[in-house]
Amino acid sequence: MAYDLSFAKDVYNKSEMGHWIKMCMQCGVCAGSCPLRAHWQHSPRQLFQMVRAGKRDEVLKSSDMWMCTSCYNCIVRCPRELPITHIIHGLARYAETEKAVDPMQPTRRFAVEVFWKNITATGRVGEAMLTMRLYFQDGIGAGIQRGLEMRDSALGMLKTRRLNPIPFRGKIKGYDGFTKMLAKAAELEAKLENKA
Amino acid sequence: MKEYTFFPGCSSEHNASAANMENSIQSMCRILGIQLNEIDDWNCCSASIGYAGGGQLPRMAMSARNFALAQKQKGNTDLVATCAACWLSMRETNERIEEEPRIKQDINTALAEAGLSYDGHIKTRHMVEVLIEDIGWETLQSKVTKPLTGLKAAGYVGCQTNRPFGVCGDSYENPLYLDKMIEATGATAVPFPMKVACCGGALMFSETEKACVLTKQILQSAVDNGAEVIITPCPVCQLNLEVYQGMINKTLGTNFNIPILYYSQLFVLAWGGSWQDAALHQQVIPAEPLRRFA
Repeated sequence: MAYDLSFAKDVYNKSEMGHWIKMCMQCGVCAGSCPLRAHWQHSPRQLFQMVRAGKRDEVLKSSDMWMCTSCYNCIVRCPRELPITHIIHGLARYAETEKAVDPMQPTRRFAVEVFWKNITATGRVGEAMLTMRLYFQDGIGAGIQRGLEMRDSALGMLKTRRLNPIPFRGKIKGYDGFTKMLAKAAELEAKLENKA
Repeated sequence: MKEYTFFPGCSSEHNASAANMENSIQSMCRILGIQLNEIDDWNCCSASIGYAGGGQLPRMAMSARNFALAQKQKGNTDLVATCAACWLSMRETNERIEEEPRIKQDINTALAEAGLSYDGHIKTRHMVEVLIEDIGWETLQSKVTKPLTGLKAAGYVGCQTNRPFGVCGDSYENPLYLDKMIEATGATAVPFPMKVACCGGALMFSETEKACVLTKQILQSAVDNGAEVIITPCPVCQLNLEVYQGMINKTLGTNFNIPILYYSQLFVLAWGGSWQDAALHQQVIPAEPLRRFA
């Protein structure tokens, strides 16, 4: 059978740090260094080989790269010094821009639907709103359930003045410029290609 | 008086989850004669989970805006961050702006929309680097008026205050600086094999069960090694280890009740600061083992 190299080319050019995948020697140190290794279907090493083998759907639809906790263990242990954490983040982001990932993937949902919206709404994290949005993303019943599970902790945070009782926060002063800056950055991002 | 540009980050705001870190850092700096000049109108650094919604340029533009404001307001004075994720995002962004001309160009095209520009040259440092390199171990030790003798503490470095950049040349697998800080206060640093293990980070929000298993192993190791408290430099580690103890006890059948404190809180108390100065009244799990020194 013929290999389809178009996927590897796309990843090398368009996925953050994707061109480094060429350098992977398949040793597997990254796999053994990952704190969530028990929950991968494919390790970083395997994902990289699947990219080279042209397995577009299997890679982009995978939940594997969404298991990254950003601990950077793989990055400091890789004997070839590949920026593995960033390559994995890049693949997750590429799957998101290609709309290949399951929208209900929990980390995708939190990162894209809750966190990014939260920080770009005002310019800073609004922790109380962030938690509320996350808890209530599956409806009021599920939200109340999750809130009750964390009730003691939430009350503890309120009592020690580490949680704002008012979930709404103001925007940064330069919010207009901040929003325009992000829009321009997103526009340029679509044209950005890696130096091979 | 040493002066630095200061980027506190979102979790260090009033009524935010690391208010205890921020308050104790401010007390610590007052005692040391460090002046922190906060960047006016800073924004979120986009944190480690920002890659998924922000990609490369929008994500890095956020840190670049902070650099641009810092340069305008305070020149190229070293910028100090206290949060691991802020320190990491800022350093990464600066590195890429200085080393990749295309990134520098695109980031500046985006910054221009906000009337700003930045071409590098601000060094981002973690507060622990300032303590070790600019203040020095001798001073940290000589400030002690109330040694925490007999206190057994586990030094939990975590991930992002350690990797990928490292602190003061310490190793990634067994950094020693936090143990040395604990010992500098007169306390005992217990052996702690989980000192650089991951607490789950932001995945505590989205993959709570999986992250709780990681956190449980860290807490268990500290308790098994005789620690009365866990000391950390990272606000995410602190939050995950403290706030989820109740849930871990309920779901994983444990019985943890161990306070999770910042290095700054330990220093302030040992240097003669009050319970309030050290923000020890802001612990969800009360810092009872420290009462005997207050």
